Amino acid sequence: MLTINHFLALSAILFVIGVVGVLTRRNVIVIMMCIELMLNAVNLTFISFAYYLGDMTGHVFVFMVMAVAAAEAAVGLAIVMALFRNRETVDVDRVSLLKH
Amino acid sequence: MASIPVPDISLGAIAPEITLALTAVVALMLEVFAEKKGRDHIAYISLVGVIVACFITFRLAGDPSWTTFSGLYVVDRFGQFFKLICLLGTGMTILVSVKYNKDEGIDNGEYYALLLFATSGMLFMVSGSDMITIFMGLEVMSISLYALAGYTRKRARSNEASVKYFILGSLSTAFLLYGIALIYGSTGSTQIDIIAKAVSSGSGVEAVLDLGIVMLMIGFAFKVSAVPFHMWTPDVYQGAPTPVTAFMSAGPKAAAFAAFFRVFNVAFPSLQADWWVIIWILAVATMTVGNVIALLQNDVKRMLAYSSIAHAGYILVGFVAGGALGSSAIMYYMLVYTFMNIGAFAIVTVVGRKGEEKTKFSDFTGLGYRYPLMAVALVIFLFSLAGIPPTAGFVGKFYIFMAALKHGYVYLAVIGVVNSVISIFYYLRLSVMMYMQDEPGEDLPPLVFAPSLIAVMIVAIYGSLWLGIMPAGYISFAQSAFLAL
Amino acid sequence: MLGLENIWLVPILPLIGAIVNGLFGKFMSKSSVTLWAVGSTGLSFFIAVIAFLNLLSLDARDRVFEKILFTWIQAGSFTAQAGIQIDPLSAIFLLIVTGVGFLIHVYSIGYMSHEEGYARYFAYLNLFMFSMLLLILGNNFLLMFIGWEGVGLCSYLLIGYYYEKDSASNAGKKAFVMNRIGDFGFLLAIMWIFWTFGSIDYTTVFPSASQVLPAGGFAVTGITLLLFLGATGKSAQIPLYTWLPDAMEGPTPVSALIHAATMVTAGVYMVTRCNALFNLAPTSMIVVALIGAATALFAATMGLYQNDIKRVLAYSTVSQLGYMFLACGVGAYVAAVFHVMTHAFFKACLFLGSGSVIHGMSGEQDMRQMGGLKSKMPITHMTMLISALAISGIPIFAGFFSKDEILLSAFLGHTKGNLVYWILATVAAAVTAFYMFRLYYMTFSGELRAEDQHVRDHVHESPNVMTVPLIILAFGAAFAGFLGLPIIEGGHALNNFLGPVFHTPGAPEHPHASLGLELFLMGFSVSVAVLGILVARHFYYVRPEAATEMAAKGGFIKTVYTTLQNKYYIDEIYDVVIVKPVVSFSRSFLWKIFDVKIVDGFVNSIASFVTDLSSLLRKSQTGMVRNYALAMALGGVFFVGLWILALGN
Repeated sequence: MLTINHFLALSAILFVIGVVGVLTRRNVIVIMMCIELMLNAVNLTFISFAYYLGDMTGHVFVFMVMAVAAAEAAVGLAIVMALFRNRETVDVDRVSLLKH
Repeated sequence: MASIPVPDISLGAIAPEITLALTAVVALMLEVFAEKKGRDHIAYISLVGVIVACFITFRLAGDPSWTTFSGLYVVDRFGQFFKLICLLGTGMTILVSVKYNKDEGIDNGEYYALLLFATSGMLFMVSGSDMITIFMGLEVMSISLYALAGYTRKRARSNEASVKYFILGSLSTAFLLYGIALIYGSTGSTQIDIIAKAVSSGSGVEAVLDLGIVMLMIGFAFKVSAVPFHMWTPDVYQGAPTPVTAFMSAGPKAAAFAAFFRVFNVAFPSLQADWWVIIWILAVATMTVGNVIALLQNDVKRMLAYSSIAHAGYILVGFVAGGALGSSAIMYYMLVYTFMNIGAFAIVTVVGRKGEEKTKFSDFTGLGYRYPLMAVALVIFLFSLAGIPPTAGFVGKFYIFMAALKHGYVYLAVIGVVNSVISIFYYLRLSVMMYMQDEPGEDLPPLVFAPSLIAVMIVAIYGSLWLGIMPAGYISFAQSAFLAL
Repeated sequence: MLGLENIWLVPILPLIGAIVNGLFGKFMSKSSVTLWAVGSTGLSFFIAVIAFLNLLSLDARDRVFEKILFTWIQAGSFTAQAGIQIDPLSAIFLLIVTGVGFLIHVYSIGYMSHEEGYARYFAYLNLFMFSMLLLILGNNFLLMFIGWEGVGLCSYLLIGYYYEKDSASNAGKKAFVMNRIGDFGFLLAIMWIFWTFGSIDYTTVFPSASQVLPAGGFAVTGITLLLFLGATGKSAQIPLYTWLPDAMEGPTPVSALIHAATMVTAGVYMVTRCNALFNLAPTSMIVVALIGAATALFAATMGLYQNDIKRVLAYSTVSQLGYMFLACGVGAYVAAVFHVMTHAFFKACLFLGSGSVIHGMSGEQDMRQMGGLKSKMPITHMTMLISALAISGIPIFAGFFSKDEILLSAFLGHTKGNLVYWILATVAAAVTAFYMFRLYYMTFSGELRAEDQHVRDHVHESPNVMTVPLIILAFGAAFAGFLGLPIIEGGHALNNFLGPVFHTPGAPEHPHASLGLELFLMGFSVSVAVLGILVARHFYYVRPEAATEMAAKGGFIKTVYTTLQNKYYIDEIYDVVIVKPVVSFSRSFLWKIFDVKIVDGFVNSIASFVTDLSSLLRKSQTGMVRNYALAMALGGVFFVGLWILALGN
C-alpha cells in the first residue's frame, strides 16, 4: 500500500542524491545530470501532491519545470562547450582562476 | 448549456513585458537579416524599447492594486516602482555596453536580446502573485544571465564565471522549486494570497510547510547574494564582462528582493515572528562578511562585488524592519544603488581598457590628475556607496537604519552603522589612490569616453547626488508605493 | 541686501572656490587660483560680518534667524528640513571661522608658494571652509553631521597632503580611524534623537527636550554620552586624542586653521549647541568636565619634553580644548565659547608663527636647532611672545580672561568634584606657562644652534603676506579678552550676547562669587602662571646649560659632589623633585604607555583584528565551485535546523 509519504520520501531521497552528486562529482556534465535529478525529484513531489490534493496546479507546474529544465540544459551545455574550447577540460576543480 | 468560464486576461497589464520581448525579437531579427548599418542601431532600438516599457509602466494604474490572469499577475505600485528600477538598470546598461561591445568585438544583437529577455523576466517576477509566475520570471532572468556572464566566450575568466554561475544558480533553483513544491503540498495552492489564508488558518501540514519556507528562502537568498549563499557573487562579478556585471548588480537584485519581500510579507505574514530571525541573521552575516572581505581586495571589480554583497545586507536590514517604512526604505535604497553602482561600473569599463586588463587598484593611480571630471564622478559614486553625506547613499542608509530602529531592531541598526563605518575604508582607499601621483611607467593611450558613456555618467551622478540633496520627492514616491498588505 | 536672508552665501562661496580650483586648478595660473580661493573666502567673511551686524541690530530675544531652504526628507511622521540657522552662538563661530580662515588663506599664499599642488591645497582648504560653515549654520543634526564628515574628510586629505612621506599618510589614516569611532557615536546619537523626538531639527528638539526626556534618565544620558563620544573624536580628547599630534604632518597653515582654530572646536560647538540636552544629564556633565580637566592636564604635561615645535603646540591645543570641555561640563558654556574665540586667535597666531619660523629655518622643526631668532625674525618674535603670554594667562592678554572665567566656574560649580577640576586645571595652567616659555626661549633667545650652514645663512623674516596675518592675530590675542570683562557688572559683552542661547531648562544657575574671592582666585592663577614662566626662564634662558648638564651627569657621587659644590643646587632640587619625575612620568607613562600602548594599541588592534578577519574570510573563497555548493548546502542545513529546533513554534 503506497501512501503519499512513500512518494515524498522517494523524492526527498532523490533530491538529496542530487545534492550529494553536485557536491562530490567533478565533471560538469555529471553535475548537470545531478541537478536534473533534483529537478525531477521536485517534479515527483509536485505530482504526488497534485494527485493527493486533487488539484491541477501541480501538474501545470511540472510542465513549467520541464520546459525550464530543457532551456537550462541547452544554455548549460553551450557554456560547457565554450569552457571545453577554452580550457580543454570539463573538470570543475580546475576552473578556479577567480578566487579570494 | 453550461458556459465555460474564461479567465480574465488583460494584456494591457503585461504590456511592458510584451514590449521588451518584442524588442528583443526585433533585435535578434535585425542581427540576422539587416545590413551592417542597420545592426549598428540595435542598441538604440533596444533602448527605445526600454523607454517605451518605462512609459507604459508609468501609465498603468496600479492604485488600487488589481490582479489578472486568474490571480497569476498583480498590478500594484510596489511592483511598478521595482519595474522602473529594473528598466532604469537595463537602460543604463545598454548605454554602457555600446562602446564596450564594439571594443571587445561582441556587438551582436543577441547581447541586447538577452538583456531585454532578462529584463522581461524581472518584470514578471516583480509582479508575480503566484509562485508559477515568480518562478518563470526568475528563470527567464537567470538563464539569460548565465549566457550573458559568459558572453565574451573566448575569455577564460568570463567562461569560468558563467560555469560557476550556471552550476550554483541551477542548484539554487532546485532548492527554490523544492520549497515551492512543499508549500504547495501543505497549503494546496501556489497563489500567494491563498497560501496566506491557509497558513494563517493553520490548516497546512506544519513540518512540510516549515521545510518549504526555509527552502524557498534559500533560493531567494542566493539570488540576492546573502551570506552564506553569496559565494558565486565575487567570482561571477569579476569574471563577467563589466557591463553585464553592472547589469547583474542592479536589476536582477532589485527584482529578487521585490519577489522575496512580496512572497514573505504576503504569503507568510503570520509567521513573521519566526522568519525575521533568519533574515536578521542573514542581514548581519551578509553586511559583515561583505564589508570585511572587501577591505583587502586589490581588484576594483571584485571589491565592488563584495561591496554589492554588503549592500544586499543593508537591504536585508530594511527587510527585517518591514512595514511601510521598511519597504519604502528598500525601494529608495535599491533606486539609489542602481544609480551609484552602475555609475561606478561604467567607469571601470573605461579604465579597464580592452580585455579588462586594467581593473586593479593600482591601475587607478593618478587618474585624478589626468581625468579630473571622471575622477570626481567616481569619487561621488564611491562616497555614495560608502554612505558619506550628502550623497544619496547616505540618505538611503540613514533611512534603512531608521526603519530598523523604529521597529525596535536596535542591535541590527547598530551593527549596520558599524559596518558602514568599516566600509568607508575601502571606498576611500580607491578614491585616495586616484589622487596619488602615478609612477611614470608604460605609456598608455588616453582613455576614450564615448557619448553614450558620458550620458550614463550624468544620469548616475544625478541619481547619486541629487537624490541625496533632494530626496523628499523620491521618498514620498516610494512611500506611496509601499506594499499594501 | 546682504543681510541675514543671504546668509546661505557664506558657505556656498568657498564651495564654488573649491569646485573651480579642484576641477580646473590644474589649468589655471597661480594667481587666478589664489583669486578664487582667497577671494571667495574673503567675500564670505565680509557677508558674515554684515550678517553679524544685522543680528546685533535685532532685539536680544529675536536673535534667531532660520531660513528653510527645502524639505529634505519627508517620510511619514519624520520630517527633516534643510535650512540655515543663525543665532548668537553660530554667529560667534561664523566670525571665527570666516575671519581666521580668511587670514590663514592669505598666509598660505606665502607659505605654500614653493609647494607643488598649489591648486589642490586651496581646493581642499576651501572645501574645508564650506563643510565647517555648514556644520555651524545647519539647522538640524543631519546637516551638522554632513559638515562634520566633510571637515573630517578635508582634515584627512590635508594631513596626508605630503603623501609621499609615509609618516604623513599614516598620520592621515590614524586621524581617520579615530574620527570614525567618534562619528559612529555621533551618528548613533542622531538616530536615538530621531527615535525619541521624531525630528532632528534644533527648533523641535531643544525646546521640547525637557518635556520629552526625563532629566537624568537613561535616554538623555545615553544620547549625550554618544554625542560626547563624537566630540572626543573630533576635538581630540581622552581617549581619542592621539591623532592630533600626528596630524602635524600636514602643512602648518592647515594645522593652524583645522587643528587649532576651527575644526577641533567643532566638538565644543556641538556640546554647547546641545546644551539643552546636556543640562538634563548630570552624569554626562560630570563625564564631560572630568575628561576635559584630565585632558587639560595630561596633554599639557605631554607638551613638556617635545622638541618638535609643532608637536608642542599640538599637545597644547589638546590641553586647551580640555579647558573648553571642562567649562561645558560645569555648565559655563559662555566661558567655553569665549575660550574658543581667544584660543582661535592665540593658537592660530602661534601656529602661523611657528610656520614662519619653520619657513625661515628652511623647514627645520626641531627646537634644539633653533635659538636666537629674536633679532632675525622680529615680527614673528613679537607676535609669538604676545600669544605665548595670552595662552599662559597673563592679565590684559586674551587668554587670561577666558581661562580665568573657566577656572572660576570650575571653582564655584555645583557639580560633583568641582574642586578636583579646579586643581587639575590650575596645575595645567602652570605647566602650560612652562612649556610655552620653554618653546619661546628655545626658539628665540640665546644663540642659533643649527649646524647646517645653509640653514644658518638663510634665516630670514617671512614676507609681508605672512607677517600681516600674524600681526592681526596677535592683535586679537592681545585684546579679544576685553569682550568678556569679569567683575564689572554688564561688562561681559559676550555673556550678554550669548546668554539667551543657554537659557534652557535645567541650566545651572551661576553662583556669584564675592569680589574678594574672585580677585583672590584671579591672583592665584596669575601667580601660578608667572611661576611657570619663571621656571622656564631659569632653565632655558638664564642658565640654558642647566638643563643639558643635568641630562649629561655621570655617577651618583660625582653628581652629589658637583651639586653641592656649585650653585645650581636649586636646579638639582627642582630637577629631581619636580621636573624629572614629571618629565619621566610624562615620557614613560603618559606617552610611552598611555598614548602609544593603550590608546594607539587599542585602535591598532581593532584595525588588525578586522584585517586578520578579512584575510581569513578571503581564504574561504577558494575558487572551487564545489566548495561554494557545499557552503550553500551547509547554510541550508543550518537554517532548516534553526527553524525546526528553535523557531517554527
